[in-house]
Amino acid sequence: MAVTRNADAVAPVRASGPITIWAVRHLGTSIAALGRLFRQPFSSLMIVLVIAVTLALPASINLVIQNARTLSGSWDNALDFSVFLQQDRSPGEAEALGKLLAQRADVEAVDIVTAEAALAEFKQQSGFGDALDQLTDNPLPHTLIVRPGGGNTGASISLLQEEIGNLPEVDFVQIDTDWVQRFHAILDIARQAIVIGAALLGLAIIVIIGNTIRLDIENRRDEIEVTKLLGASNAFVRRPFLWGGFWYGLFGGLMAVVLVLVGLHLLEEPVARLAGLYQSKVAITSLSLAEAAAIVGIGIFLGLFGSWLTAARHMRRIEPR
Amino acid sequence: MIQLENVSKRYPGGQEALSGLDLVVDKGEMVFVTGHSGAGKSTLLRLIALIERPTSGQVIVDNRNTRRVKRRKIPAYRREIGMVFQDHKLLYDRPVADNVALPLIIAGVRHRDALRRVRAALDQVGLLHKEKQNPETLSAGEQQRVGIARAIVTRPKLLIADEPTGNLDPDLSLEVMRIFRRFNEVGVTLLIASHDISLIDRLGCRRIALEEGRLQQEEDDSWL
Repeated sequence: MAVTRNADAVAPVRASGPITIWAVRHLGTSIAALGRLFRQPFSSLMIVLVIAVTLALPASINLVIQNARTLSGSWDNALDFSVFLQQDRSPGEAEALGKLLAQRADVEAVDIVTAEAALAEFKQQSGFGDALDQLTDNPLPHTLIVRPGGGNTGASISLLQEEIGNLPEVDFVQIDTDWVQRFHAILDIARQAIVIGAALLGLAIIVIIGNTIRLDIENRRDEIEVTKLLGASNAFVRRPFLWGGFWYGLFGGLMAVVLVLVGLHLLEEPVARLAGLYQSKVAITSLSLAEAAAIVGIGIFLGLFGSWLTAARHMRRIEPR
Repeated sequence: MIQLENVSKRYPGGQEALSGLDLVVDKGEMVFVTGHSGAGKSTLLRLIALIERPTSGQVIVDNRNTRRVKRRKIPAYRREIGMVFQDHKLLYDRPVADNVALPLIIAGVRHRDALRRVRAALDQVGLLHKEKQNPETLSAGEQQRVGIARAIVTRPKLLIADEPTGNLDPDLSLEVMRIFRRFNEVGVTLLIASHDISLIDRLGCRRIALEEGRLQQEEDDSWL
């Protein structure tokens, strides 16, 4: 057999333009890494699932908080006022005032609780019945429970409160907003906790992907050594593992979005039923496109970062012997 | 092509693989390095491939002092040298053609060009008809020829081989050596470590004998 001496065989190795090489190499490596994922479908799916659950957890809790906030935001405007009349007002005056207030456009309903009824209720509920029997006067005033109309905003509620408070018969008006504010404070804490939790879970994803990539590197140690012997740079041998991390992150992120959407779908009916009980229309806020994209983006980022951390460390360590 | 000046290599633990070795291999030469195992043959090749660094002395390859090749530049340096190993070091998760193509992929050669080169290289070792097979299905001799095709596919000026016939029977060994000889005829410089002295004598090439890391004798076959 003669040595082939055609022009092709003698021509020196010529590389294409650097950008073309770069793009073609990346395309090839990314597809190869994807193929490797699909060749071990079960273990790949497991890892993708773990990443998906880890991403979906903070995302869904965040959604719950977001919905709770919207819901309680509407409560602000639908809170009943307790309007305490001055001590010396008669039940008749209370009733007249109640009727007057009920005619207002921004008021939906007015209930009257007379001093006697209030005392009776207090006796029953407080357990001080006997002690209260000793009282000669009823210390409680007549009270109007005013329910503002649904069309009110926070500002119009304040205005309504002020106007009622200025009426001559009224001693003072109390809106029980304290618990709403407390609820909001709790939501704020929960939101902070989610941020911290999400950071920890993100760390977990980096560790999971890093560990997966480390095993992958160990399994392909021979291949890495051989390619390095043939003149492959660290960047070259690292590339398939970075792509592996990328795919894990991408699929994990997409799967997380699917999990959240499925969860929302399952919640839709019970929430609708609950809303029906309250005769209100409560719609769940779903994932926005930007949020979904953010979940996938975070997945990809964590996947790349986790694999880069591991690959960078191990590639330097594995040298041909 | 290769020039060693007073090269010593001491491994951690104190054993000295090479001590004060001087050596010159000219361009276009085909030289064998012989000696018992542990004589320093492999170490010599590893110094040239920059898998190891010398403890002292200079190793100059193709007018380049390897001492000045920085760690980051080693991959580019290795791409200039063809390497053949006793255990072939093929990758068994891909067909023969992909194994041979590996150095071209690393070098970033265009796919179409790479394919042509791979076929040309396989043709030169007589294995073109097996390009789609997995190396596992090939005999030891064929696997070694795949390894050689991979070493020459980038057209290196220098080819080093560590016991390339170590696992082969005499007929296959001679076949492999004939392939090396043909490369030498088109101008490739070869440095081959081997202990198969009878085979080397049949080829009639220069022989460098190492013993305990030193030059034992140098037989110049200038009569060839």
